Amino acid sequence: MPIVRVAVTLKPSLLDSAGRTVAGSLDKLGFHEVSSARIGKLIHLEVDRFDPERIKEMCEKLLANPVIEDYSFEVVE
Amino acid sequence: MKIAVLRFPGSNCDQDALHALRTLGYRADYAWHEATDLSGFDGVFLPGGFTYGDYLRCGAIASRSPVMAEVRRLAERGAPVLGVCNGFQVLCEAGLLPGALMQNASQKFICRPVWLSPVNRTSPWTHGLDRPIRIPIAHGEGRYTCDEATLRALQDEDRIAFRYTDSSGHRSADANPNGSADDIAGVLNAGGNVLGMMPHPERAINPLLAGDDGVGLLRAFGLVRAGSV
Repeated sequence: MPIVRVAVTLKPSLLDSAGRTVAGSLDKLGFHEVSSARIGKLIHLEVDRFDPERIKEMCEKLLANPVIEDYSFEVVE
Repeated sequence: MKIAVLRFPGSNCDQDALHALRTLGYRADYAWHEATDLSGFDGVFLPGGFTYGDYLRCGAIASRSPVMAEVRRLAERGAPVLGVCNGFQVLCEAGLLPGALMQNASQKFICRPVWLSPVNRTSPWTHGLDRPIRIPIAHGEGRYTCDEATLRALQDEDRIAFRYTDSSGHRSADANPNGSADDIAGVLNAGGNVLGMMPHPERAINPLLAGDDGVGLLRAFGLVRAGSV
C-alpha cells in the first residue's frame, strides 16, 4: 500500500518560538552557521490508493490549519 | 437559562466551570463530546484543558467532535457560547472564531493573574465592564495569531473583546504575557454571542480566591437572548 508523507510547516511569516529556541541551542553548541530553525510535522499516511485530491482534502479538513500552516505531500513508498 | 459545560477527553476545567455557573445561579450540566443533541440547553461553555492531549494542534481533534455541530447550531441562533483557554482554541479550530492560538512567544507555560481591558463595549460579555479586570491565565499556547486582513476586520467590526493591559488599561509589551497579536486576549464572532478568551473567568468568582472579576463577564449568559433553542 502506498505511503504518503505529508509535511506541515508554519507559515514563514509567523514566529516559530520552538524553532527559535532550537536555533539558539545549536548556536550554543558551536553551530554558529545556523541563523534560524523552523519546526514542522511529518505525517505518514498508509492509504489503499494514492488520490492527491483526497490527500489535499485531508490536509485542509484536519491535518493543517490554513490560518497558520502550509502543507505539502508526496508518495514515499 | 441552562448552560451545557462540554466535556472532551482531556478537559480539566469542566468542574470549575460548572461550579462557577451554578454559584452564579444558572442551571448547568455537563455534555459529553459525543452528544448529538443539545436541545434543552440555552448556552454553551467550552472549558479549558488539553483535549486529546493537544495532539496535532491544540483543540484540533475536539473541534471535529460530534457535539460541535450542535454548538454551531446554537451559535447561529444567537445563543451565548463561551470558550475559555482550550475552549477558545477549539472554537478557532472549528471556524466559529477567526485566527489561531500558537505557542507563547516566551516558550513558557504561564500561570498567573493578568489584567484585561474590555475593548468592545456593546457585546453582552463586555458591555457591563467599565474598567480593567483581573483574571488568571494558565496556558502554554495562547499567542493569538491571524492574518492582517482578519485583524483589520476584528478592529473595524469591534470584535476584539479584551486586550492584555496593565491595571490602568495601558498597553505595553510587559502587559502582554504571550506575544498575542494586537495584545488580543479574547475575540467575538460577528454576532457578538460567541466569545473566545485565554484567561479563565470561572477561576475568578470569589473575592477570597483570585478575586471575583469573572462574575460580571459570566453574567452575560443571562443577558444573551437565546430564544427557543
